[in-house]
Amino acid sequence: MGNYLKLVALGAVALFAAIAASWGRDTAYIVHAIIILGVSGFMFIRVLRQMEEPAMPAPTGYMDDVVRAGVIATTFWGVVGFLVGVVIAFQLAFPQLNFDVLQPYGNFGRLRPLHTSAVIFAFGGNALIISSFYIVQRTCGARLWGGNLGWFVFWGYNLFIVLAATGYLLGSTQSKEYAEPEWYVDIWLTIVWVAFLAAFLGTLFKRQERHIYVANWFLLAFIVTVAMLHIVNNLSIPVSIWGSKSVQVFSGVQDAMVQWWYGHNAVGFFLTAGFLGMMYYFVPKQAGRPIFSYKLSIIHFWALIFLYIWAGPHHLHYTALPDWASTLGMVFSIILWMPSWGGMINGLMTLQGAWDKLRTDPIIRMMVISLAFYGMSTFEGPMMSIRAVNSLSHYTDWTIGHVHSGALGWNGMITFAALYFLTPKLWGRAQMYSMSAINWHFWLATIGIILYAASMWVTGIMEGLMWREVDANGFLVNSFADTVSAKFPMYVVRGLGGVLYLTGGIIMAWNIYMTIRGGVKVTAPVGVPAE
Amino acid sequence: MDFHALWQQISDNWLLIWMGTFFLAVIIWAFRPGSRAIDADIANIPFRHEDKPVSQDQPKEPKP
Repeated sequence: MGNYLKLVALGAVALFAAIAASWGRDTAYIVHAIIILGVSGFMFIRVLRQMEEPAMPAPTGYMDDVVRAGVIATTFWGVVGFLVGVVIAFQLAFPQLNFDVLQPYGNFGRLRPLHTSAVIFAFGGNALIISSFYIVQRTCGARLWGGNLGWFVFWGYNLFIVLAATGYLLGSTQSKEYAEPEWYVDIWLTIVWVAFLAAFLGTLFKRQERHIYVANWFLLAFIVTVAMLHIVNNLSIPVSIWGSKSVQVFSGVQDAMVQWWYGHNAVGFFLTAGFLGMMYYFVPKQAGRPIFSYKLSIIHFWALIFLYIWAGPHHLHYTALPDWASTLGMVFSIILWMPSWGGMINGLMTLQGAWDKLRTDPIIRMMVISLAFYGMSTFEGPMMSIRAVNSLSHYTDWTIGHVHSGALGWNGMITFAALYFLTPKLWGRAQMYSMSAINWHFWLATIGIILYAASMWVTGIMEGLMWREVDANGFLVNSFADTVSAKFPMYVVRGLGGVLYLTGGIIMAWNIYMTIRGGVKVTAPVGVPAE
Repeated sequence: MDFHALWQQISDNWLLIWMGTFFLAVIIWAFRPGSRAIDADIANIPFRHEDKPVSQDQPKEPKP
C-alpha cells in the first residue's frame, strides 16, 4: 500500500515537473524542473522495481551506511567549495578572470554565493547531518529512527544543494545573504529539515540511556532553530508558480532586521551550536577522556542559546534600524563572549592530563587549533559588534577576515578532525592511510588561514581608514577606486592563503580515498613523545 | 519613577522576566547537590555504545 502511494506521489511530481519544464518563465526554473523530473522519474522506476520484492528483515546495528555516504559528500563539497573560493579570491585581485566567454555565469557576483553556500551548507551542512546521525546513535545506544528516513534526509539535502548551486549560476536568487535560494527550493529544504528533525527526535525518544548527552542538546538546538530561522526569513510570495521569482513579505528595515536575525543566527546555530555538538562528542572521543566539566557544558548550552538569538542587529549599525535595537544587539554580542570562551575552555581542558597527545596525534592538534580559532573569532566578533569599532570595520574586508578565521579555523578544522576520526571507524581501518598527510594538511590549512586573516586585517583597516579620511576642508581624500587599487597586494596574499587551504583539502580527499580503498597502511612517525 | 510606572515596566516585560528566571534556575539546578555523580555518569556516555546499539532483549546497564 505504501509503495502505491509513493508511486502516485512520484508520478504526480514528475508530471508537474514536466509541465513546469515546458511552461517555465526563466532558465533557472526550467533547469530545476528538468532536474526534479529526472529525480522523481528515477525514484518512480526504483520504487516500481521493488514492488513485489519480499520484505527484508529489519536491519539491526547502527545505521552507518548513510554516514559513510556523508563522509564522501562532505569531502567532495569541501574541495569544490574551497576551489570556488580560490577562484573568486583571484577574481577580486585580477578582474580579468571574469572571462567574457563565461558571462554571466562565471561572474564574481554569481560565483560568490556559490562559494558561501558550498562551504557553509554543502560542506558544513553535510558534516553536521552525518555527525548528528553518528553521535545521536552512539550516545543513545539506539539505531537511527525511521528506517530509510536518514537516506531521504541525505539525498534530499544534497538535492537542495544542487538546486541552490545551479540556481545561483543561472541567476535565480532572492538576494538575501546565506538565504539566496528561491521559494520552491526553500519549501523543499523545509520538508527535508522536518524529516531530519523527526529522525533525530525519534532516535532520542527510543534511547537506551536515561540522560541525553550534551552533544545532542547542541545538535537539537541547531536543528530546531535553523528550521525556525529558515521559515521566517523565507516568507515570500511567488510571482508565478511557473517561475522562480518571489517577493518578500517583509520590506524595508523590517526585512533587513529579519534577514540579519536569520543571518547571525545561521552563524550562531548552524556554524556554532551544531559544530559545538560535534566538538562535545569528537574531542572527548579522540582524547579518550570525558569532557572537562559537564556542569560547564550545561551552563554553556543555556547561555549560548539564550544570548545568541539577540545578537543579529549588530549587522545593522548606523542604518534605519532604531538605535535601541542595534544597542541591544551590541550588548548581547559582548555578553556572548563569555559562554563562547566557556565552551572553548571546556574543550581545551578536556585534554588536561593528555597534553602529550598534542605532540603525537595530529587529529587532536586539529581539534585544539580549531578551538583556538573558535576562541579568537568569538573574541573578535563581540569587539567588532561595538558601534565605534563597527564604524571602522563595517563594509571592509576586516569582516571577511573575521568570518574566515571562524569558518576556516573553527568549522573547517573541527570538520577535518571529525572526518579523520570517522573514516577509519566507518570503513573498519586501524587508522588513516597516512598520518603524515594529516600533518601536512594541518600545517597547510593553518598557514593558509593565517595568510588569509592577516591580509584581511591589514586591508580592512586600511580601507576603513581611507574611507573616513577627510582633508582640512572636510572633503573626502580618497575615492572608492583608490581603496580598490591599494588593496591589490593583500588580495594576492589572501588568494595564496586560499590556495594553501585548498591544497590541504585535496590532500585530505586523497587520504580519505586511500583509507577507504584499504591497502598497505603507511605508519609515519609523527613526533615522538618526550620521555 | 513612581510605583505604578515601575510596575508598568515590569508587567510589560513578563517574557523577559520569565526567561531570566529560567536561565538563573538552570544555573542553580546545574549545581544542585548530588549532581556530581550524575554528571560524571552522563559525561561517560560517549564511551559506552561504540560498536552496536543496546539490545532490546538484554537488561539495561545498571544505573549508578
